[in-house]
Amino acid sequence: MAIDVFSELQPKDLLFLGEAALRTLEISLTAIGIGSAFGVVFGWMMSEGNRFVTFIINAILDIFRSVPLIIQLILFDSFISIAGYPLPAFVSGTIVLSVYTAALVANVARGGVEAVPASLRKASRSLGLSYWQDLRYIVWPVGLRAVFPSWIGVALSVVKDSALVSVIGYVELLKASQILITRTQDTFVILTIAGLFYFALSYPISKASDYIERRWNQ
Amino acid sequence: MIEIKNLKKSFDELQVLKGIDLTVNNGEVLSVIGSSGSGKSTLLYCINALEPIDSGSILVDGIGVHDKSTDVNKLRQKIGMVFQQFNMFPHLTAQENVALAPRKVKKMSKKDAMDLAARQLEHVGLGQKLNSYPSALSGGQQQRVAIARALAMEPSYMLFDEVTSALDPELVGEVEDTMRMLAKEGMTMILVTHEINFARDVSDRIAFFHEGRMEEINSPDQLINHPTSEHTVKFLSNVR
Repeated sequence: MAIDVFSELQPKDLLFLGEAALRTLEISLTAIGIGSAFGVVFGWMMSEGNRFVTFIINAILDIFRSVPLIIQLILFDSFISIAGYPLPAFVSGTIVLSVYTAALVANVARGGVEAVPASLRKASRSLGLSYWQDLRYIVWPVGLRAVFPSWIGVALSVVKDSALVSVIGYVELLKASQILITRTQDTFVILTIAGLFYFALSYPISKASDYIERRWNQ
Repeated sequence: MIEIKNLKKSFDELQVLKGIDLTVNNGEVLSVIGSSGSGKSTLLYCINALEPIDSGSILVDGIGVHDKSTDVNKLRQKIGMVFQQFNMFPHLTAQENVALAPRKVKKMSKKDAMDLAARQLEHVGLGQKLNSYPSALSGGQQQRVAIARALAMEPSYMLFDEVTSALDPELVGEVEDTMRMLAKEGMTMILVTHEINFARDVSDRIAFFHEGRMEEINSPDQLINHPTSEHTVKFLSNVR
């Protein structure tokens, strides 16, 4: 008698994948939020700072941009474990993903700040706006709108790249799919469903960005 | 009153202002003419503290513009400036453009600032365009919004830096008319311009700048019809 170690895909497995998709969404949005906030600050420092500041920040961020994310995740996770401060997979995954996002957003934000004409900023300062008011009410609204499509591109890639957090044991969409594949051996169906979930997460973001851009362009 | 004493200013190696002495009285309209690179625009930027100076002094109502103790954000409220580029804030409507500084700098309520903006835009003939974004306005209209925006801070002085140079010829008139109106209302103005005829009509005095020096300053009639400096003669014959 053959022992059947595999079992069929069941309806509750869909629920399992759905929950995992929510975890993908959760870690992605957290990383996009934190990473974008830091990225905008780095971008501003690079566009306004002196050449030395720009060089240092750029060099550091270049490391995070050029080393594959999967290596960063494993290195960071191993390092904090060896150092004796292990963190939950969600936390260490969020940290690495946020830094990675910040490195990408920094360049986008820098481009945005530099897209604001110097004369426009002189005009706002001539009205009595302080440096910070100029930044808050003119430079960021004008500059960040100019690079909004690039920022959406970064956000969408972070949603997809968050799949790599599975390597440190966080059960997001890809990891959940792998678990189900191991049990059911139904690779094709499960990965198709996982792909559809990723699409379902990304599509509203790209639609919303189209809508926002159209409103700005009116 | 604006008092400029022995003002010197360089960009890197290039000295663009080589010791300017000039006093502009309240209610006066002064035009500054001269070829490109004569330093006339730089003078305006220095008066508004948008450019640092090397030496000399600029006093506006007795306050040293470049003194370390001077709060430039406060001083700039006295001095409105309009630029060659229209510089409307592209993400705001005409009314919001004008209301922004009164709200954020003068801390007016949103309603008061928007009311003020509507009045200022009506004043420059744009009462119908309150809700228009810059992209929907002509260059002349944008430039008039920029004037209204500066006026909304109720400045004592207005600086105009070649404000009609970037305009299509048919739009120059509406902006000049707006400046004429301000001159009639008694606004103290310094205009850097290439439009000699306009300068003659509107100004109390005209100053001619040449290579960082003020070569000549006189009434419009004297300066244009009886120039004393050979550079002025040459410049005037070239622009006519």
